[in-house]
Amino acid sequence: MTDTPMIRMASVDKHFGDLHVLRDINLEVAAGQVVVVLGPSGSGKSTLCRTINRLEPIDSGTIEVDGKALPAEGKALAGLRADVGMVFQSFNLFAHKTILENVTLGPVKVRRNSKGDAEKAGLALLERVGITNQRDKYPAQLSGGQQQRAAIARALAMKPKVMLFDEPTSALDPEMVQEVLDVMVTLAKEGMTMLVVTHEMGFARRAANRVVFMADGEIVEDAVPEEFFTSPRTDRAKDFLGKILTH
Amino acid sequence: MDVLVENLGLYWRGVLTTLQISLYSGIGALVLGTIMAGFRVSPVPPLRAVGAGWVTAVRNTPLSVVLFMIAFGLPEIAINAPFFWFGVTGLALYTSAFVCEALRSGINSVSTGQAEAARAIGLTFGQTLGEVVLPQAFRTVVPPLGNVFIAMIKNSAIVGAVGVGGDLYSVGVQLTGSLGEAAIPVLIGVALGYLVLTIPAGLLLGYLERKVAIAR
Repeated sequence: MTDTPMIRMASVDKHFGDLHVLRDINLEVAAGQVVVVLGPSGSGKSTLCRTINRLEPIDSGTIEVDGKALPAEGKALAGLRADVGMVFQSFNLFAHKTILENVTLGPVKVRRNSKGDAEKAGLALLERVGITNQRDKYPAQLSGGQQQRAAIARALAMKPKVMLFDEPTSALDPEMVQEVLDVMVTLAKEGMTMLVVTHEMGFARRAANRVVFMADGEIVEDAVPEEFFTSPRTDRAKDFLGKILTH
Repeated sequence: MDVLVENLGLYWRGVLTTLQISLYSGIGALVLGTIMAGFRVSPVPPLRAVGAGWVTAVRNTPLSVVLFMIAFGLPEIAINAPFFWFGVTGLALYTSAFVCEALRSGINSVSTGQAEAARAIGLTFGQTLGEVVLPQAFRTVVPPLGNVFIAMIKNSAIVGAVGVGGDLYSVGVQLTGSLGEAAIPVLIGVALGYLVLTIPAGLLLGYLERKVAIAR
């Protein structure tokens, strides 16, 4: 592990109008670490995830990815985003492109790879997430689980340094959650740096190095999963765990 | 109605001239309108202001005024061209404002997640628009864009009225004026001439709409 954290957030604040969504966020994610962000809805965890590739700009503070501060809007920001993979709750596959085209668009247009190379690498990725046979279909023709796996492949095609997951299984039917989590666990085991906003406690226990618990825009706890789940320090975390673990 | 049969050649040349004006203006309006729509949704505030200013200025000015300003204004700054091209330029500029707004409605119909995903893999603003948003926007804008272009074909009559000779409208003027034919039969011929253009245009648009419709 190097000294430079892959993600570093320092004194980050953000408002949506009057709503203070992120309050003095300080967070470091070391290379190769898997950090799961938990918290009740409205706690700011998705916003936190989206600030890291500047899909949401911040009001104050600094965010660095691999030691480089986030640039302002423009070519430099696009370059940084290419190195930061993102997986969305609602998949957001390009609706007018086939699955293979979804996976090759970035490598061809951003990385300037040849179409042939991009397709070869893309097919290998589709193989890895188990949907090679869907390559020529359009996103709407796939199940939610298949779409999300394709979205993960699309992000991986950019060979990112870090992957952000914004509630990747929240829009899925229950029987499709596992297939997506399996892909994510494999990725974590391979040493990918990941920041995962999720409600999947099983994933947090199995794959996370750390759990970050957020409430009301603040990071309230930051602990290893076992410690967080068995002996949370704050009442808010106890309350949250009580609600989700008893259902 | 003999006037129709006797002057079929004249009418036909009118149809072709109107078609020429419409094609050139249509291409110009599509290019400029797309650029302006890009401006209006860009992350750069000055560009947005230019796009909004363009639409406000051009959309709210009568076409005849736009045409006169070009026909009399451009020669003042030493830009001279055949009147045909002044007419085409004016009609293209005027129509571009409507193309821009039709396109913008289509851009707004594409979910923000599509643009976010495009930005997230490192596409620039231009690439996001060109590769992801506009191809999907064009699907929803075929019907409103069709309206704009059919209106434009008919607006070419005003281009004829301000002095481009030989188009359908001018044919009508010529027949009823200097050749002294009765107005109603001549104008029926003119109307039929426009239908020769607008009905195939409508059919083409219907075909396009089916062709670009893909499940999303």
